[in-house]
Amino acid sequence: MASSDFDIKYVAHLARVALTPEEEARLGQQLGGILGYVNKLREADVTGVEPTAHAFPMVNVTRQDEIRPSLTNEEALGNAPARLNGLFVVPKIVE
Amino acid sequence: MLNRLTISQLTTSLAKREASAVEALRSCLDRIRQVDSRVHAFLSVDEHDVSRQAEQADRLLQSGKSHEEMPLLGVPIAIKDVISVLGQPVTCGSRILGNYRSPYDATVIERLRAAGAIVFGRTNLDEFAMGSSTENSAFGPTYNPWDLSRTPGGSSGGSAAAVASDSCIAALGSDTGGSIRQPAALVGCVGFKPSYGLVSRRGLVAFASSLDQIGPLTKDVRDTALMMNVISGWDPRDSTSIPKATPDYRTCLGGDVRGLRLGIPKEYAIGGLEPEVDRAVKAALKHLESLGAEIVDISLPHTEYSVATYYIIATAEASANLARFDGVRYGLRVEGNDPLELYARTRGAGFGAEVKRRIILGTYVLSSGYYDAYYLRAQKVRTLIRQDFLKAFEKVDAIVTPTTPGPAFKIGEKIDDPLQMYLSDIFTISCNLAGICGVSIPCGFTVDPKLPIGLQFLGKPFGEETVLRVAHAFEQTTAWHKEKPPL
Repeated sequence: MASSDFDIKYVAHLARVALTPEEEARLGQQLGGILGYVNKLREADVTGVEPTAHAFPMVNVTRQDEIRPSLTNEEALGNAPARLNGLFVVPKIVE
Repeated sequence: MLNRLTISQLTTSLAKREASAVEALRSCLDRIRQVDSRVHAFLSVDEHDVSRQAEQADRLLQSGKSHEEMPLLGVPIAIKDVISVLGQPVTCGSRILGNYRSPYDATVIERLRAAGAIVFGRTNLDEFAMGSSTENSAFGPTYNPWDLSRTPGGSSGGSAAAVASDSCIAALGSDTGGSIRQPAALVGCVGFKPSYGLVSRRGLVAFASSLDQIGPLTKDVRDTALMMNVISGWDPRDSTSIPKATPDYRTCLGGDVRGLRLGIPKEYAIGGLEPEVDRAVKAALKHLESLGAEIVDISLPHTEYSVATYYIIATAEASANLARFDGVRYGLRVEGNDPLELYARTRGAGFGAEVKRRIILGTYVLSSGYYDAYYLRAQKVRTLIRQDFLKAFEKVDAIVTPTTPGPAFKIGEKIDDPLQMYLSDIFTISCNLAGICGVSIPCGFTVDPKLPIGLQFLGKPFGEETVLRVAHAFEQTTAWHKEKPPL
């Protein structure tokens, strides 16, 4: 659980966030400090303790499989930065 | 001066035709023109839209609609700009949403409309509700109405400042680790975080889904009960919403607190507590005793882990939730040669420093090789924290704490030290981890400068009624909530 191996470039890539060199330096240093603090959790005895994902977990929350009104194509595309023929436009993925 | 009224005062006035909804709205708009260039509680107000809503409310009032049928008829309610309102922007205090406009109403907005409320202006916040000072807004900070050199807290700082400056009648906020209660404490209003699952979050832009709750910020406890009557209850369109009948929260007002057992956690007696806050809270406890409540010492042994646990779980969930802001379907887009470059450039340009910090931290604690050590361990410690509360609630009916370790801090004081900022949430964070409810109400002021101090009551899961009962009893026998900032 060492924080010394925290690689800001690698994690920023995983997070899909482009950082300037100044941001890398500042965030890297701040996150090192925060990780040092959260390492406090190593002291807690969690032997045999189940994790909590939700305070009041609800399981199998389903609804009837019925068609209900939803956004129209026009509404769904209303905020699109680029659109064509009723679709979102993105850079080419496959040649 | 209609803007100064509470919900119950305004609706009484509207019902008697002493005032109209249009007049109430105009008085809030005038107040915004008068003070908001200094306070900056609002990001936008669509004057045309709110005027139409007010005219409609007046027509309904004239046709004989009562506030029994529509409890908020004609009441302007400000909305934290992270809750979707049809046709309106929802900036989340961020540049990344660009000119986004919501294609639908959040469930809480549908409920406000059904109750006749005027869905009013959009209030400022820390970007994506991440912060404790409203300084992380891409559109500039909000200033504390009591001292314009100080923050109003956050992240619902705009909603809190709007209520405290009488620029609206009440407001909605959201609370992930204290974002309703902490700003309420720092501006001297009432801020309520309902139990997890009690208020639908459909239409709330998600930050940390296992912690987020929408709740009201109001001028008194009665108004909180009125707002809760409108916004709480099961929503089949939010799969985390609890299918459970909700009471009429007005019935817990005016109740007796004699014999009620109130717990004081010994772990909350931390070093960093400012003396004036400590004194005000001790005086409040004495006052509660004089009302007949019994003060009981309790222990929440895992308190020291709550901030660390929170910042792992909240950032992990945020990193997943904010993956949707990728420049493809809405908001800002910075072009790239391939999708990866487009995502990274868009997110690099669109997110502010705190959001980047949290997304990167959250990505790290979920990443291969670190998941067990950080995220899974934090979820286990969360179980221990939750068990602490459930055990304590076997002995007591509610828990009393300061809402914050100190009064409002200066703009810029903590912004470069994220860890110090995070530690200011120490008393509010555990409530979200445990999924319980909590309220902050005014309990005093510091002397020089004069700044509000907040008292927090934490209740059992779905123990809203007890919390409101004790908060109301305290408020009705003190005058702190009547003080107004010198704007």
